[in-house]
Amino acid sequence: MGLERAFADEPAFVPYLAAGDPTYEASLSYVEALARGGADAIELGLPFSEPMAEGRTIQNAIVRSLDAGMTVERYFEFVADLDVDVPVVCMTYYNLIYQYGGSEAQSASDASGATASKGPRPFVEKAAEVGIEGFVVPDLPAEEAGPLRAACDEFGLDLVFIVAPTTTGERLDRMREQVSGYVYVQARLGVTGAREDVDDATEESLARLADWDVPKAVGFGIKTGDHAARIVGAGADGIIVGSALIDIVAEGHDNGDPAEAVADRLEAKARELKEGALRGESERPQPERT
Amino acid sequence: MSTDDAHDPKFGEYGGQYVPEALMPAMEELEDAYERYVLENEDGFMDEFRERLADFGGRPTPLQYAEQLSERYDTDVYLKREDLLHGGAHKLNNALGQVLLAKYMGKERIIAETGAGQHGTATAMAAAHLDMPCEIYMGETDIARQRPNVFRMRINGAEVNPVTVGRGTLKEAITETFRDWATTVERTHYVVGSVVGPHPFPKLVRDFQAVISEEAREQAIEQTGGLPDAVVACAGGGSNTMGAFAEFVADESVELHAVEAGGSSLEVDEEEGVAPNSATLSTGDEGVLHGARTKLLQDSDGQIMESHSVSAGLDYAGVGPELAHLVDEGRVTPANVDDDAALEAFHRLSQDEGVIPALETAHAFAYLEERRDDLGDTVVVNVSGRGDKDLETVIEETSERDLDIAPDLSVFERVGGGL
Repeated sequence: MGLERAFADEPAFVPYLAAGDPTYEASLSYVEALARGGADAIELGLPFSEPMAEGRTIQNAIVRSLDAGMTVERYFEFVADLDVDVPVVCMTYYNLIYQYGGSEAQSASDASGATASKGPRPFVEKAAEVGIEGFVVPDLPAEEAGPLRAACDEFGLDLVFIVAPTTTGERLDRMREQVSGYVYVQARLGVTGAREDVDDATEESLARLADWDVPKAVGFGIKTGDHAARIVGAGADGIIVGSALIDIVAEGHDNGDPAEAVADRLEAKARELKEGALRGESERPQPERT
Repeated sequence: MSTDDAHDPKFGEYGGQYVPEALMPAMEELEDAYERYVLENEDGFMDEFRERLADFGGRPTPLQYAEQLSERYDTDVYLKREDLLHGGAHKLNNALGQVLLAKYMGKERIIAETGAGQHGTATAMAAAHLDMPCEIYMGETDIARQRPNVFRMRINGAEVNPVTVGRGTLKEAITETFRDWATTVERTHYVVGSVVGPHPFPKLVRDFQAVISEEAREQAIEQTGGLPDAVVACAGGGSNTMGAFAEFVADESVELHAVEAGGSSLEVDEEEGVAPNSATLSTGDEGVLHGARTKLLQDSDGQIMESHSVSAGLDYAGVGPELAHLVDEGRVTPANVDDDAALEAFHRLSQDEGVIPALETAHAFAYLEERRDDLGDTVVVNVSGRGDKDLETVIEETSERDLDIAPDLSVFERVGGGL
């Protein structure tokens, strides 16, 4: 079902971009370039003004997108306009999901004096309508996720949870009960951002999740094809890459490069990362045959 | 100590723990420490905290009868003098409590955010006092407009890390401090500066600040023979507010008034994402920010607005979840006064009572002026901080407005200096 199909045949490459960075049109072409480069699913960021789990790179992308006029409605148009044949996952913060539809309910209820009803359902309904297949919500831990999980079930969407190096015991169990699509394995402590090395925490996290029946995608800090190969070699079913791609978007924007040139660079980077993931699979230690 | 369930992360619908997964174990660890050390006084934590509040902090602070204001309003007005606490504001109650708690928890490093710089300076003082390394995140705009507090933090040995994203004020500094914490959580404690953020911070900070109302309640009974009719406190995030209210919440006869910054206007510019006020309790709308569900200043999408107040310490788009809940329950009356009224009240208290209040505090006194004698026969106003840090702002903002009550500063012209 759903997002799991992105991981079905081979290690998946899942890129992240902030929708509308640096402009609506350029961003559309960037996401499509990543799909051409081999993306198996897209994590598409809906920018929130207070992105508490993101590093500087993604935060700057969010600022560029908001400055260029990104709104929740524009984001839904963006997804509808996208010409890609891989699943799109909406990555955003809970307040935007929670508020959607609330403002209309508010004006309708002003006359009656009743309190506006807020909640994730209208957002999920609209997301399903434009073709979004799942959510990653970094500030929504399993303890608070009940209403969103219920809405996802109602509309047939997946809800991805992030497992951190510090996640153990009961918290892990609570997530396991609610997760669907894939589990996002945070490779290290901290916020998003590209780094060179592979952390021991990654292998330990993968070992803790070994018997989960959803695919394990590792994110946070993956930068190169070799890096991707090592992560997949360590047992990941897929890799999630954001900051290393946004670096390309940001550099192109700062240098005033044409969008076509930036799209080409993104496509080449996507190819490198996807090939790295495939190489990692072939280099995995094979289980002994009997 | 409050009687609510320490384990319940919610205040009605508000509160909760909306934080990145990497921080959830830290929340559980802090809940455990809150219960053991704060609620159960394990290892004598609360005894040591109270001792240090007395010896280092200078508690108890007086409940002072304000003669001129009492005459002006024909009401007995009492000032709870938190401005006399070490550092010049109520902030030390919480900062000292949390830095000490971090020590009991075995943490090795302190981080904190600051807006006006009052929480940052209190944390820097507490960290120096308890010999802990300390880093403070502060928006670049606030660094520029609160220079004296930056000097104080540096002099106490704290690092000050400028935050350059967004408008460079408190909400960006909070976001940035959460980021640091997500990377360093195993050995670092984040001293949250108000009754905001994920559970258990709103309860933890309230309990450290509750010493204000604990003292004020006893002092009022001793000095006036009974409970006051009303308690008035300013509200930004709400730590002095909850501190001044906590022990009165169960006293149903005592009215509680939370006075927010009305800024220059209550009208919102949705296009620009700017609310020219910080009147979250009066005009805000439920949502999720910085780890908690609470009332927020936000646009119809749910993006957080840039708030405004002449007082940096009230300039925040959110408010403590418990305060939001008490307002919904009808237990706390929300109010707001604008920048002009706050500036006038600043001068009035300075001239009539010889107390120069923080601009935050001045909002509470502007409300007193507005309500005058209809708050009852005995009113306690929490003087949350002293105004030394605000003098430059006050002189500048006052001269722009040409307020009648403002002092004549032509003395500078007479010596040829100008302003």
